[in-house]
Amino acid sequence: MKPVIEMKNIVKNYQVGTVVVHALRGIDLKIFEGEFVAIMGASGSGKSTLMNLIGCLDTASSGDYLLDDLNVNSLTKDEYADIRNQKIGFVFQGFNLLPRTTALENVELPLLYDRHERIKNPRQQAIKALESVRLADRIHHVPNQLSGGQQQRVAVARALVNNPAIILADEPTGNLDSRTSIDVMSVFQKLNDQGKTIILVTHEPDIARFAKRTIKLQDGKITEDREITVPKKASEVLATMQGDEDEME
Amino acid sequence: MKWNRIQKIAFKSILKNKMRSILTSLGIIIGVCSVIVMVAVGQGSQARIEEQINSLGTNLLMVFPSHSRMGGVSRGAGSFNMMKLSDCDKILQQATHVMYVSPVIRSGGQIIGGTGNWSTSIYGVSTQYLAIKDWDLANGNFFTEKDIKAKKKVAVLGQTIVDQLFPDSDPVGQKIRIRNTPFIVIGVLAKKGQSGMGQDQDDVILAPSTTVLYRLKGGDRIDMIYVSATSINEMDLAQTEVEEILRKEHKIDYGEDDDFMVRTQTEITEMASATSKTLTLLLGAIAGVSLIVGGIGIMNIMLVSVTERTREIGIRLSIGARSKDVLTQFLAESITLSLIGGLLGILLAVGISLFMNKFTEINTVINPTIVLMSVLFAGAVGVFFGYYPARKAANLNPIDALRYE
Repeated sequence: MKPVIEMKNIVKNYQVGTVVVHALRGIDLKIFEGEFVAIMGASGSGKSTLMNLIGCLDTASSGDYLLDDLNVNSLTKDEYADIRNQKIGFVFQGFNLLPRTTALENVELPLLYDRHERIKNPRQQAIKALESVRLADRIHHVPNQLSGGQQQRVAVARALVNNPAIILADEPTGNLDSRTSIDVMSVFQKLNDQGKTIILVTHEPDIARFAKRTIKLQDGKITEDREITVPKKASEVLATMQGDEDEME
Repeated sequence: MKWNRIQKIAFKSILKNKMRSILTSLGIIIGVCSVIVMVAVGQGSQARIEEQINSLGTNLLMVFPSHSRMGGVSRGAGSFNMMKLSDCDKILQQATHVMYVSPVIRSGGQIIGGTGNWSTSIYGVSTQYLAIKDWDLANGNFFTEKDIKAKKKVAVLGQTIVDQLFPDSDPVGQKIRIRNTPFIVIGVLAKKGQSGMGQDQDDVILAPSTTVLYRLKGGDRIDMIYVSATSINEMDLAQTEVEEILRKEHKIDYGEDDDFMVRTQTEITEMASATSKTLTLLLGAIAGVSLIVGGIGIMNIMLVSVTERTREIGIRLSIGARSKDVLTQFLAESITLSLIGGLLGILLAVGISLFMNKFTEINTVINPTIVLMSVLFAGAVGVFFGYYPARKAANLNPIDALRYE
């Protein structure tokens, strides 16, 4: 298996006024195709910084970063934008859907910014992505007509519509109740079963246990990197729960 | 991104904020509308002035007898009038850029007929006089070449004369006496109203040139000649021709002064329209300022919109929009707003000017060039005032933009 992400001695410093903040102090990390990785850590541990670097939203102060065999250390702003468009699918804590815009149009959006137009029929592809997160009957709803769980599934659909190398989820369950959280995790597990590489940033151990591998960060360094041989199955947990059915609809 | 996609996104976000979009466009709507209406009012008054001057006649050249010199002593205007009826015939025969010619022999006096008497002017003219003056008959007929040859005592009355002498009856066929010479009324002129100088143009009697010259006035000199050029562009050529013909007729040698002078209508028109052109320019400039104010309104709203939609911009950037995409999106929005404003402004302006033409005394003429210019200007305002907010949006950092609450 080839690594999708390869980081060598990544350092990230911030200048805050006169003080230099060392957010990341030398990260070495390899993530392979088809992995489901949970990056954990308390706030201030540097996990958000790491996630911004992985997502090509920010550049490292030093070190090498290979994404899908492409060195992304020194690229222009536009090239970063293209990489975000083609290689990475983002899922955010606050869903970050465009308001007053239908689910379908939200999912379609990354395809509209693809300047190579690799996907010829954006609408069709967006419908397929929404079907894969069980939202085929909600495609013409706008975000405030959808529940939190549904909104996050729309966000997941948007993340995978471009067929990216990795799906990057930043606290995707942070705004959801526990039952809905597990429902969203089941979607991620299903996608992972289909071969998608998923990187999840979370501070909740309950959520991290659905991943196949957990990485713990502390003070800008990796302190623990552990394989979970038998991760919990979200769909099974869901079946045992007696929650209200509203969220499932 | 393709242009149609950008345009689609721009339209969508404009439609999402209908009220705000309308209010923003309102500045441009009013700006464009006032530019068009103001210029239309200015040009309308200009057109009216020109129309009044043109009512003197079409493509008119006026030939007057000039002062003559005898051994270096000027004798004053008209002191030695050399113009004869035969000059008119020669001009008509020889000049190629001349359509109509008519002599004018002025006479005047007391006329008696119908219910009373009246003092007025009598003009001896040719059959082409009405065509030159762009005048119609209200009633009856005009005299013919035959009447001129026969020096027939027939007259065509102006409306004022009819009102004075024949208020209740049809004057055609009736007899009037001009300075004790009996004339038969054969026609009545249409009402022409006041001239540009405030003269009552209807207080006149027209009669065959020969009749007036030989039966009323005496002598063989005529007061002036009206010449109508074939078109407005050929007035200069016509003037040259008339001058050459008259010099030859009057046997004026090379180097000697003319004993006549030619005046054109354009000279008068140009003077009058210069004033109203300045007025139009002033009105347009004031209205143009309101268009710029409208543009500032767009900039204001776009800045608010960029701040308000920081998160949206963050989302777009994070899923792969380039800075340029965001820039064009916001620029497209402001241009679309200003162009829609411009188009609505045109519609409003057309409505207002139609209303003014119909229900008020103010005459308006909508100028297509000004319409086109004001729309282009509105678009330029959109670009100019939209660029700064759009650039602000495009330069946002995606991480900060996503975190923005």
